[in-house]
Amino acid sequence: MSINIKHISKSFKNAEALTSVSFQVNTGELFGLIGPDGAGKTTLFRILTTLLIADEGNATVAGFDVVKDFKSIRKHVGYMPGKFSLYQDLTVEENLAFFATIFGTTIKKNYDLIKEIYVQIEPFKNRSAGKLSGGMKQKLALCCALIHKPQVLFLDEPTTGVDPVSRKEFWEMLKGLKQKGITILVSTPYMDEATLCDRIALIQDGKILQIDTPQEIVKHFPKKIYNVKSDNMYKLIESLKEYEHHYSVYPFGEFVHYTDNRSDVNPEDLAMFLKSKGLKNIQINKTKATIEDTFMELAK
Amino acid sequence: MTKETVIHVKNLTKKFDDFKAVDSISFEVKKGEIFGFLGANGAGKTTSMKMLIGISKPTTGLATVAGFDVYKNTEDIKKNIGYMSQNFALYNDLTIKENITFFGGIYGLSRKEIKEKTALLIEELNLQKVSKKLVGSLPLGWKQKLSFSVALLHNPAIIFLDEPTGGVDPITRRQFWEMIYKTANQGTTIFVTTHYMDEAEYCDRVSIMVKGKIEALDTPKNLKNKFNAETMNEVFIKLARE
Repeated sequence: MSINIKHISKSFKNAEALTSVSFQVNTGELFGLIGPDGAGKTTLFRILTTLLIADEGNATVAGFDVVKDFKSIRKHVGYMPGKFSLYQDLTVEENLAFFATIFGTTIKKNYDLIKEIYVQIEPFKNRSAGKLSGGMKQKLALCCALIHKPQVLFLDEPTTGVDPVSRKEFWEMLKGLKQKGITILVSTPYMDEATLCDRIALIQDGKILQIDTPQEIVKHFPKKIYNVKSDNMYKLIESLKEYEHHYSVYPFGEFVHYTDNRSDVNPEDLAMFLKSKGLKNIQINKTKATIEDTFMELAK
Repeated sequence: MTKETVIHVKNLTKKFDDFKAVDSISFEVKKGEIFGFLGANGAGKTTSMKMLIGISKPTTGLATVAGFDVYKNTEDIKKNIGYMSQNFALYNDLTIKENITFFGGIYGLSRKEIKEKTALLIEELNLQKVSKKLVGSLPLGWKQKLSFSVALLHNPAIIFLDEPTGGVDPITRRQFWEMIYKTANQGTTIFVTTHYMDEAEYCDRVSIMVKGKIEALDTPKNLKNKFNAETMNEVFIKLARE
């Protein structure tokens, strides 16, 4: 086991940021912490990387206690905070050399680990970090977090505000690192990224809602979900909310995900109802729950 | 459908030294339309938006927003549009009521109008119990819903939304979009950027910028057909990856 978290709680003034959070991450696992802003993700990361002390509970990372052995942990983990924290006025290469030196190593020694990522920014190695594009900054930050060959990697919202193409590339890099045996704890507000993790914990308001593989989490969704579509999205949402049997009505891309408060939906009856509301081109089809459906159900 | 055009852009270009951040883009947006303005980081979305809201002068090209010229009538543009971004929120150390009053004043509303609007807004957003709380103590999703409503205080013809839902929880994100639908339904034009591709599907039309140019512009349905894709996410990845 690489990360072991037991009943961690933390409050700031009168706000409870984390309430008795417990979970384990296995060695070599890619574990996702999925939840919106303000869920407590960053607070947990700061506790695990020894930058903050919990009010209650305890945790170990790579076998070391986060309070007693904080110095050892710092040598064995890599941490990429949500905010870009490199030296803006040092060049790409200088930043990397700086972090290598701090950890008593050299770029050359661990080059293998970062090679695939670093070659993408190497053409700009003499450019100052502050002048890089968002995607390149992110790649450099990842290289700096990896240069001392950590056993455990903490990535706090590495893809927030990043466009879908760069997000896809980033997850491909994580897959590569996982194959090299590094344990990864990554947080994200994007629910679609959950399916790329081995296991995930859903978190909201400082509490863990559920922990499992993405496949198991969606399998246990308690309701039958239907995709509903018509010619007018706004009217469709309004009408579905007026339908007496409705339980949840959530827009999902071109469809609305609809669940009923009965054991199952009667599609003919629903179609009749929507027609009576003046909607046209109505389609109602069964669909599968996603992580986002589950999250909303649990957070309700 | 011959609705009036409220945003008119022709060959709009912005250069920084030799770099063309926005490279001759052209499009039109109709009244009441939800127009999605997508693109990768650094594609030129923010630069384009800054020109349209009258805070950055174009290098060349033409554009009118709500009938006003982006070179000459920038003050008129500002009076007739609303703007909300992920970063520009409200004043955290003012209460909800104080924020509404403050922005109502900035937008030139009378005391009577401010009073009416405040009551209406607090009721619509269900904020009765917290109206005297500091905005800073609200969850992000509430703040975003509130700043959307505040940006609409002066009944603008167009509202510009720059990644309004980044990091917001999935339920609130959907409530936010329901507010957008409602607003568009009442005739306000919505100009919105987002990185959530499911939200691109909620737009009437979507444009996708790649390296300063608009490479695609159509309804989500037509774009998916054209690029032989199941979702807007696929369309985006196919386009932006070249």
